[in-house]
Amino acid sequence: MAAHSPEKLNEDVLRPLVRTSWRFYLTGGILASIVLAALAAFIYQVYTGIGVSGLDRPVFWGFYITNFVFWIGISHAGTLISAILRLTDARWRRPVTRCAEAITVFALLIGGMFPIIHLGRPYLFFWLFPYPSERGIWPNFHSPLLWDAFAISTYLTGSSIFLYLPTIPDFALVRDKAQGWRKKFYGFLSLGWTGTPKQWHRLEMAMRIMAVVILPVAVSVHTIVSWDFAMAPVPMWHSTVFGPYFVAGAIFSGIAALIIAMAILRKAFHLEEYLTPFHFDKLGKLLLMMSLVWAYFIIAERLTVWYGNESPEMAVYWSTQQGRFTHLFWFMVICNLAVPFLILSIKQFRNTITGPVIASTTVVIGMWIERFLIIVPPLERKYLPYSWGTYRPSWVEITITAGTFAAMALLYMIFSKLVPIISVWEMKLGWQQEGEVPRAVASQAPLPQLAPRADLPAAGN
Amino acid sequence: MRAVYGLYPDPAAAERAMKRLRASGSTLGFDARHICLAASEPLDEFDLGWKDQKTPMPWLAALGGLIGGTSGYFLVSLTQRAYPLPTGNMPIVALWPTGIVVYEMTMLGAILTTFISLLVSARLPHWSKGVYDPAVSEGKILVGVVNPSQATHDELVKTLREAGAEEVKDFPSS
Repeated sequence: MAAHSPEKLNEDVLRPLVRTSWRFYLTGGILASIVLAALAAFIYQVYTGIGVSGLDRPVFWGFYITNFVFWIGISHAGTLISAILRLTDARWRRPVTRCAEAITVFALLIGGMFPIIHLGRPYLFFWLFPYPSERGIWPNFHSPLLWDAFAISTYLTGSSIFLYLPTIPDFALVRDKAQGWRKKFYGFLSLGWTGTPKQWHRLEMAMRIMAVVILPVAVSVHTIVSWDFAMAPVPMWHSTVFGPYFVAGAIFSGIAALIIAMAILRKAFHLEEYLTPFHFDKLGKLLLMMSLVWAYFIIAERLTVWYGNESPEMAVYWSTQQGRFTHLFWFMVICNLAVPFLILSIKQFRNTITGPVIASTTVVIGMWIERFLIIVPPLERKYLPYSWGTYRPSWVEITITAGTFAAMALLYMIFSKLVPIISVWEMKLGWQQEGEVPRAVASQAPLPQLAPRADLPAAGN
Repeated sequence: MRAVYGLYPDPAAAERAMKRLRASGSTLGFDARHICLAASEPLDEFDLGWKDQKTPMPWLAALGGLIGGTSGYFLVSLTQRAYPLPTGNMPIVALWPTGIVVYEMTMLGAILTTFISLLVSARLPHWSKGVYDPAVSEGKILVGVVNPSQATHDELVKTLREAGAEEVKDFPSS
């Protein structure tokens, strides 16, 4: 049984909050430059018009909506996985949950921007909000795009609260150890937490309720995103399987993103003692399972289309099997199925850091391509050939896409400098429950000699 | 608020202190409501006052969900009637779109109510901190008595110390 030290845990987890190396500034500077380039590209697009993107008849959903679906999918890394692991009381979850929950919030923020970026006139996005105005118009509640607004807002609110609640005791920990502005900052964030029995009890109850509530919200979010497509009579979109297919894909890409984030944090902040190959092995198994589930959905979707043999759908089908998207399609299959299967089904590879990280990297790439292949080929080959067209992304779209990946990394870096990236109190609780904390052993040591008192109950009461 | 408290190295010692305080409360002039405790982690497995706590939070979450869902229904149905869209003889307030918005608003109501009920019932934010010692963050467990009688102060200190306190302090510190 490994002996853990709460003091060392405090030191290891709080160290990144107070010490910053030159590598942090260098990496942050590079990422911020990419984000600024993306911002410049976006301003250029707003100033010049949406025509600077590659969006044109008949393909009006390209990179931007691909990014939207991709990032909303990545957001399932956190809250969904964390809630499932909390509800099932998977004890190995403890060092993992906060890394995961943070991904959710940032991925949602980034994903939620894309419908606005994608608008020809993004400054009018507030027309989506239902409020009385002199325009005399009202959002169309029949539109899945409006359902998106409700679902994503609910999920973002819930995920932010789900992330914040268990950090309150850790903010109090930092408050007690910090000096100067940090003491005030963390004092504010900790809400004056003192750790009374009532506070702990209410916090644990709130976390249980949130875990129960957030799960159906997470499922609904990606189901509704899938309905953006499935509610439209477009070949290979109008499918009943899209809801669960999207949810499975989201969990799949989410786990992959989580593994990559954990590996980077582990290396950057020297958290090898807490994020161990054991955790990567567990997540690797989940990733392998989701890879097979994803493959099942791909086969189910493609087989029914092929068997139905309807001309409009077959035109799209063949464009990914024999047409210009063939290479992309099979590369996606290699990334999402072949590589993860080969690596993660072999224990010697799975039970390392490198194996799951390689598999996860290919999965993230593969899932982005998958989103692209869901969106673009059906629009290029929609019904009659006279309306067919070809989509090619412009430099503006590519720059903005690169910028969002950089923004995700930058936000995560800043978060890890401000918030303990591992839940300290949950780790200690786990050790306490497993009897691995030295002080639990110390508690068995004899106390100072007690004077006999008649008014005390007998030992063991 | 005044208090006298001891800092204990582990949950077992804190549990022992708690039992002694409960047992000696009538002699020293306080009852169980005056006993305070603070820890850096939940100690569910020990008899430290965690057990038998009841809270209506799940019911409040359900109520919040109900209010959220009802609000969602009225938002969709009333406003769509106020701003009717041409729907080609289809219902203006359709079942499925309404149901989806109602569902999301139900969940949002439950989430917000849970958060608010946590803050209210745990009395957060509580900027002017109650009885607390930064040593709690080091893993020590604080067990003490709030507003103890001055006459029994020394006896209380002795009781806390005998239960295994590493330190016994007054709050606010003099």
